[in-house]
Amino acid sequence: MTYIKSIGAYAIMLTSVFRRPQKRQIFREAVFKEIDDLGIKSIGIVAFISFFIGGVVAIQTALNLEDPMIPKDLIGFATKRSMILEFSSTFVMVILAGKVGSYITSSIGAMRVSEQIDALEVMGINSLNYLVLPKIIATVLFYPFIVLLAMTLGIFGGWVAGVVTGLFEQQDYVSGIRIDFDPSLIQYSLIKSVVFAFLIATIPSYFGYYVKGGSLEVGRASTNAVVWTIVMIIISNYFLTQMLLS
Amino acid sequence: MIEIKGLHKGFDGTPILKGIDAVFEPTITSLIIGQSGSGKTVFLKTMLGLHQPDSGIISFNGKSTADMSINEKRQLKQDIGMVFQGSALFDSLTVEENVMFPLKMFTKQSKEEMLERVNFVLNRVNLVNSNKKFPAELSGGMQKRVAIARAIVTKPKYLFCDEPNSGLDPRTAIVIDNLIQEITDEYKITTVINTHDMNSVMEIGEKIIFLKDGYKEWEGNSNDIFKTDNEAVVNFVYSSNLFKKVRKLYQDE
Ligand SMILES: Nc1ncnc2c1ncn2[C@@H]1O[C@H](COP(=O)(O)OP(=O)(O)OP(=O)(O)O)[C@@H](O)[C@H]1O
Ligand SMILES: [Mg+2]
Repeated sequence: MTYIKSIGAYAIMLTSVFRRPQKRQIFREAVFKEIDDLGIKSIGIVAFISFFIGGVVAIQTALNLEDPMIPKDLIGFATKRSMILEFSSTFVMVILAGKVGSYITSSIGAMRVSEQIDALEVMGINSLNYLVLPKIIATVLFYPFIVLLAMTLGIFGGWVAGVVTGLFEQQDYVSGIRIDFDPSLIQYSLIKSVVFAFLIATIPSYFGYYVKGGSLEVGRASTNAVVWTIVMIIISNYFLTQMLLS
Repeated sequence: MIEIKGLHKGFDGTPILKGIDAVFEPTITSLIIGQSGSGKTVFLKTMLGLHQPDSGIISFNGKSTADMSINEKRQLKQDIGMVFQGSALFDSLTVEENVMFPLKMFTKQSKEEMLERVNFVLNRVNLVNSNKKFPAELSGGMQKRVAIARAIVTKPKYLFCDEPNSGLDPRTAIVIDNLIQEITDEYKITTVINTHDMNSVMEIGEKIIFLKDGYKEWEGNSNDIFKTDNEAVVNFVYSSNLFKKVRKLYQDE
């Protein structure tokens, strides 16, 4: 029952969010600030993780290929496929849900408990539109680039792993990457990333905006927000995969 | 002028305001006093439209908020300034940006015009040389001044202050109180202040409304309040030992 109520409240929130911004100049500034806070500041961690996971996937595949009948270029192929299909979108977005989600909930929640949201409302500002819409625009525009970056660095990480460990030949790896190149898979990943970006911007905003109490409740809301954002990413990943790939 | 008639407001079935009537007039600093939990903040926020009233009439300048169109409500909000209990400054903006915010949002002034107005109000609340500081770098009293400056920057007709001097030392509290009263008088604002500070009552209590358990228990001014024999008011006013002693001396004379 409470879940249904929450989903309803979330939907109602979205109707207030999607209104025309009151002042275009301020809105534009807010979008750039959010791109910086929610996007650019996350590039480091995404790059780091993608590079090493790419390496690990390549090494794991190489170690498990003992049968000499299996062509060696499978390593590059497998790394590419897993990076493009699941790692770069789902996995990276789950990481961002943790990092960015908790930031969004705690910053909006702090504004709620210190009456800054009331201050906006008293001035006649639609606080949901002012606070949440720039976050949606920023993540939906920027996260596809983060996903492309994760794909590239993951595949590159696999190549570097080959050079460092000597477990496989670089030519095999590169030709593996070239096998069966299918741009629609990249497209599939990018579409997923847009949906996940929307979830990462809105679910934590919901938890922060409607928090009641003090800083303790804000902390608790952040944890809940991250859990629910991840759950929703995983569930929608399942349905998107069914819809887009079958 | 603000008129309130039969205002009721509750949360989840618990009534908080149980039928309040009040009138607030321009150039007068009206005080709402009462114990913690008596509903002062709820009363103020309901007048401001932050809470939806359950029943009753709230009218600004003769027009009920229930009859206002969305545009009229928006217009009204630009005539309202509010100083919140905890200042509610935007943490991510500097002092200057905080005060400029309502201007940026609602006027078409040039950057220079806005800056001039910002510096004027900051000067008016005696806060100079702090333009580039962030709220976290200011003392509580300075934050209150910034909040007042932000509230009056758009030249509001109505000013609401929720405990503007809570958490301040008695001297700074009086300075802030006097500042609000001067501004009220100077710009002919209709000002409503929530407080439970007896010093404020004595300093600036031109009109006082005493709330108890969601009712308006008493109304008067700072002279009346020391003479009344309304038991609840007496208990509130003379809750501190200092005031009890003063009263005793007064009665012994
Ligand atoms: N949003 C809300 N939801 C539910 N109950 C609330 C809400 N806001 C206030 N209350 C309740 O209303 C009552 C009055 O609270 P209010 O904040 O108006 O008191 P106050 O007179 O301002 O006290 P103080 O002097 O401590 O600020 C309290 O019992 C409080 O629990
Ligand atoms: Mg209060």
